[in-house]
Amino acid sequence: MKKTISDINKIKEDLKLSMSIRKGARVVNETIGSEKFMRTVLICGSTGCASSHSVKIYEKFKQLVHDNKMDDQINIVKTGCFGRCASGPIVMVYPEGSFYSQIKPEYVEEIFNEHLVKGNRVDKYLHHEQRDNPEIKNLYDVSFYKKQKKIALRNCGVIDPENIDEYIALDGYQALIKCLTRLKPQEVIDIVKESGLRGRGGGGFPTGNKWQFAKNAEGKIKYVCCNADEGDPGAFMDRSILEGDPNSVIEAMTIAGYAVGSNQGYVYIRAEYPVAIERLQTAISQARDYGLLGSNILGSGFDFDIDLRYGAGAFVCGEETALMTSIEGNRGEPRPRPPFPAIKGLFGKPTLLNNVETYANIPEIINRGSEWFSKMGTEKSKGTKVFALCGKTNDTGLVEIPMGTTLREIVEEIGGGIPNGRKFKAAQTGGPSGGCIPAQLIDTPIDYDNLIQIGSMMGSGGLIVMDEDNCMVDIAKFFLEFTVEESCGKCTPCRVGTKRLLEMLTKITEGRGTLEDLDKMEELCYYIKNNSLCGLGQTAPNPVISTLRYFRSEYEAHVVDKKCPAGVCKKLVTYRITDRCIGCSLCSRNCPVNAITGKIKEKFTIDTSKCIKCGACMSACKFKAIVKE
Amino acid sequence: MGKIKLTSVDFAGTKEQEAELRKMLKELKGTEGALMPALQKAQGIYGYLPIEVQKIVSEELGVPLEKIFGVVTFYTQFLLNPNGKYDISVCLGTACYVKGAGDVIEKIQNRLDIAPGDCTSDLKFSLNATRCIGCCGLAPVMTINGEVFGKVKADEVDAILDKFKD
Amino acid sequence: MKKINLKINGLSVTVPEGTTILEAANIAGIKIPTLCYLKDINKIGACRVCVVEVKGARNLVASCVYPVSEGMEVITNSPKVLDSRKKTVELLLSNHNQDCLSCVRNGSCELNKLSYELGCKSDSYDGVKTESKVDNSSLSIVRDNSKCILCRRCVAACQAYQSVSVIGANSKGFDTHIACAFEQPLGEVSCVNCGQCINVCPTGALREKDEIDEVLEALNNPDKYVVVGTAPSIRVALGEEFGYPIGKNVEGKMVAALRKLGFKNVFDVDFAADLTIMEEGYEFIDRVKNGGKLPMMTSCSPAWIKFMEHNYPELLDHLSTAKSPQQMFGACCKTYFAEKMGIDPKKMFVVSIMPCTAKKYEKDRPYQSAAGVKDIDAVLTTRELARLIKRCGIMFNNLKNEQFDAPLGIGSGAGLIFGATGGVMEAALRTVASVLTGSDLNNIDFNEVRGNSSVKEAVYDIAGMKVKVAVVSSLSAARDMMEKVKQGKADYHFIEVMSCPGGCVNGGGQPILDAHTRNTVDYKKLRASAIYKTDKAMKLRMSHHNPAIREIYDSYFEKPNSHKAHEALHTKYVKRNSFN
Repeated sequence: MKKTISDINKIKEDLKLSMSIRKGARVVNETIGSEKFMRTVLICGSTGCASSHSVKIYEKFKQLVHDNKMDDQINIVKTGCFGRCASGPIVMVYPEGSFYSQIKPEYVEEIFNEHLVKGNRVDKYLHHEQRDNPEIKNLYDVSFYKKQKKIALRNCGVIDPENIDEYIALDGYQALIKCLTRLKPQEVIDIVKESGLRGRGGGGFPTGNKWQFAKNAEGKIKYVCCNADEGDPGAFMDRSILEGDPNSVIEAMTIAGYAVGSNQGYVYIRAEYPVAIERLQTAISQARDYGLLGSNILGSGFDFDIDLRYGAGAFVCGEETALMTSIEGNRGEPRPRPPFPAIKGLFGKPTLLNNVETYANIPEIINRGSEWFSKMGTEKSKGTKVFALCGKTNDTGLVEIPMGTTLREIVEEIGGGIPNGRKFKAAQTGGPSGGCIPAQLIDTPIDYDNLIQIGSMMGSGGLIVMDEDNCMVDIAKFFLEFTVEESCGKCTPCRVGTKRLLEMLTKITEGRGTLEDLDKMEELCYYIKNNSLCGLGQTAPNPVISTLRYFRSEYEAHVVDKKCPAGVCKKLVTYRITDRCIGCSLCSRNCPVNAITGKIKEKFTIDTSKCIKCGACMSACKFKAIVKE
Repeated sequence: MGKIKLTSVDFAGTKEQEAELRKMLKELKGTEGALMPALQKAQGIYGYLPIEVQKIVSEELGVPLEKIFGVVTFYTQFLLNPNGKYDISVCLGTACYVKGAGDVIEKIQNRLDIAPGDCTSDLKFSLNATRCIGCCGLAPVMTINGEVFGKVKADEVDAILDKFKD
Repeated sequence: MKKINLKINGLSVTVPEGTTILEAANIAGIKIPTLCYLKDINKIGACRVCVVEVKGARNLVASCVYPVSEGMEVITNSPKVLDSRKKTVELLLSNHNQDCLSCVRNGSCELNKLSYELGCKSDSYDGVKTESKVDNSSLSIVRDNSKCILCRRCVAACQAYQSVSVIGANSKGFDTHIACAFEQPLGEVSCVNCGQCINVCPTGALREKDEIDEVLEALNNPDKYVVVGTAPSIRVALGEEFGYPIGKNVEGKMVAALRKLGFKNVFDVDFAADLTIMEEGYEFIDRVKNGGKLPMMTSCSPAWIKFMEHNYPELLDHLSTAKSPQQMFGACCKTYFAEKMGIDPKKMFVVSIMPCTAKKYEKDRPYQSAAGVKDIDAVLTTRELARLIKRCGIMFNNLKNEQFDAPLGIGSGAGLIFGATGGVMEAALRTVASVLTGSDLNNIDFNEVRGNSSVKEAVYDIAGMKVKVAVVSSLSAARDMMEKVKQGKADYHFIEVMSCPGGCVNGGGQPILDAHTRNTVDYKKLRASAIYKTDKAMKLRMSHHNPAIREIYDSYFEKPNSHKAHEALHTKYVKRNSFN
């Protein structure tokens, strides 16, 4: 049923306390009295946790609560992502703020009986940090979260994304109300401009300017699009936002529609994100039901609605012109700019396109003001950025940090350092468009301009940490393989150039490269950068350029010494049995090609001409007698 | 011809499926950018997009068949080949190969009467050859819907496949 | 319109707003190379050969699609630009079948020319090539993707000119290739064989199916009586292959060359065009008088016929049943002429020289064998004829003019103007008006139906009847027209359709012009003007006045649309579906 502004405010008031318990954690005991629920259990229902049966866990809790007739006392909520997928499935119990990690369905009954009913925390299932350190009262006290600042992810892991009321309870749609009732479109754009928000999808173009161009463009029909075609390997911040807080994007797009003069929005979302799609659909239909989408929104006379369009598995469609070409029903091939989408975009009409994370910031900026936002961050990069931290750190997951946080803080404090006593070698940001940041630059404050200056880029926010066991040539090759696979094939530099570049890299990793190849490769890199039609091609050589810049000696080792120092490139690696061998023959029995021979109780040997370097012997050996060099 | 692999499975679409498809297409016709949703829904109905289905899309939306095919082959999600209920992958990495994966895959091909990349006409089994899946110690390796079978011998193939009867 | 001032290589230029850098440079007399760009139809910025430096821009920009702006400073030939272009072409070469020595486009290949100009090395980059195989399935067109550089000009021509759209980009990335749906061979889809794709191809990836060897074999076979006929538009285009300017009529040298090649008779298909006017003209009069299907549509253009069979099978009875001039020519050779000369039609080998690749397909259609054997045995395009002349060592430019042989070499100006869009209509009107009014017209120039626009309409008052006609060229314009016909919104009596934009002067078998010429010269107009100029200067300008036509009716076919004429000079069409 359609709501009025006062209806919306009432929903907010009614749920305020219940939500603040979840969010604030540091709950004062007195206030609990007025909260109707004795306990609230949050279970992550996002893709990561759901893949390890969190939905079953949720259902089991629900069942137990129901069977025990405690529906009025215990509130079971399926939320979005907490950002710690490696520890999933995650179950949070409030008001205590107990953080249970890696929960299996069979633990549920015990947690229910002991904790939810009797109030005794079940320590053995707690996340180890909370279990081991009595100081940590709550999830947000752990080091993983301490340095974080959640704006875009503010509601993820807090609210039930399938219940619009919970979003409303945490100031949801207040920004839209403010815009529709108190701000002129130009004033909205001015706030966005003054906030200093820049596009979170990659390039970092000032969002306010983009809105201004779209507003200034002439045309009766304009479109507001959301790029949810997140495709960087390892990046999943947009998915998490859509799964955990879809209404924030809907609200922001509606605000954008109001600001630029558009009545129709499209979200272009990967079909590989079924959970996000479902939550977004639910949220859209709830918003329509409340009159927050559709005609005459909240009685303001402003009309806006949103349709979903599904990507079909082409990375290049994350490029803005390709995205629009795809929505129009074509091969997702980028088109030349100008004309820019703000002038001539989707279906030839002026179009505003931002990505999910950018939109997720908008309601908070409108609510709290541009100054609040622009106080965070560095001179030219304001606010926060979400990263998907992965690779060789003790803790991995989704982190939102203020701009200007150093890489060291992320790796050592949030990520808890490198495991197994290995050393930090480099971090890769920006996915296939980005580059590697070497150890000597670990104290660089992360923002758009610094990253570009050191040869990487923000990208959509993948952050892969590498240690000495990673070969930088191999990493460059990995990303280039991805780009070659995802090149649309339209322009020559990208279609043929990246393919040739990959062939040269392959040659090097196989020990067939020459020093001249390195120069030729570098030249080709800059050529591809300068000549490609779209951002995909223009940034495709970055992984190669940056590794050549900081790790040239590693390339040279491959070329001159025919060695891979990290022991990754198969063709350059040899396996050898050392004197630790006791002659148990286990290696020989595991060798798929019968390359290992020897007498029992004597040292075995590997025939390197037969060896296919599969490593089966090394993992079979119980005495660490086999080395790779 | 690039990496395009056309299906060898006979089309077995039903009248009901065609009616559903045509109805859906008639509803979509006229919407701007109808092709992508049309193909996604068509694949939802048939599980893949063989020529018979693409021709119907072409007729109903008035889009040339080649344009549709160009779109279909651009996006990895669109399938030209049906996936069997049981998807068999045989690793043809070096380790598996030298341990007889070639015999294994040949045996499967003969038993199911399909080539790698194809699907049986009853849509029960599809067969793929894959690159190394990192189980060299278990060579030769095959997987069926993700379940790993290691140290497979050609004469064990029948017994393994018999487990996936229904 | 607003004017924009910019500098190109230091030179001040003022151009209208919306002009691209490429066009502005052209105005300033500075040439920027292109590969994928084709004016009006292919502005995709894909090949990157036309890149230039724009002051302040982060990267090089593609000048073919980049609009000028006030105060812009452009450099088109800096070392960075030249090096980039060179690398682009070298990368293309690395995935190109460098079979240049024996390539049909040796000498006219745009990639080859660019490679030479930019100082490219053919082996700068090596690596795997995109998989491909030669598609020989079509009777008219051969596609060899190993030479394709993915400029997509053919795709644009097929779609924009013809709305046929049977070729397009399949797969993606390095595997991208131009092909038909489901990788079907060109000969098995609804390709209409027009050959416009060949005309725009910068390399040898597309070519006509070569029949030179068959013709040479016949010429050297003592058992064969080999005759040849040339289509109206050949004489105004063939000269380009020998260095003459576009629009030069080389009829006399062409006839001499054909005679030197050993053809027993050198005929003019203009004669058969006149015969077509008699058959089609009387059919039209009959339809108008006796309530036959209207609007009647012409049937000379075989690509148009196939297009109708695939896309508008329900409208086939609008088509005139008259054979095309080529087929009438063959039919006359093997019936009337063979009889007259006492030659067994089975031993006669009729070659037609056509501006058209679809004619190669047309000769093998059913219902095209008046004497029980195929009316036409081989079809050579203008390009093939030029190659044949060169191969046989004939010094074309030094030849003395000669004349066609009688009787099938006598054609009127009306037959000649078949070579340009509107010509069939004009020729028909000249005769129909005379027949209906019973006396010849004073003014036989029907200027309203001339010119290169894709649709022309006119209403003529003939013998008290308002005759409404339309002339259409290009199949995309034809498609629009057929939609109107289908909806009953086309109240014309007679519609002329030519498949190729501009008609036969721009047929798919005509000499290939590089993209720069296509983009900057109105070559269709130049070729057509030569035709109209020749017509104007002729005494014999109406089909029904052609003495050879009178003779063939008097002594053989009796009268237009007679039973005998129907047997030999009319055909049937088949219904197809839109896919194959």
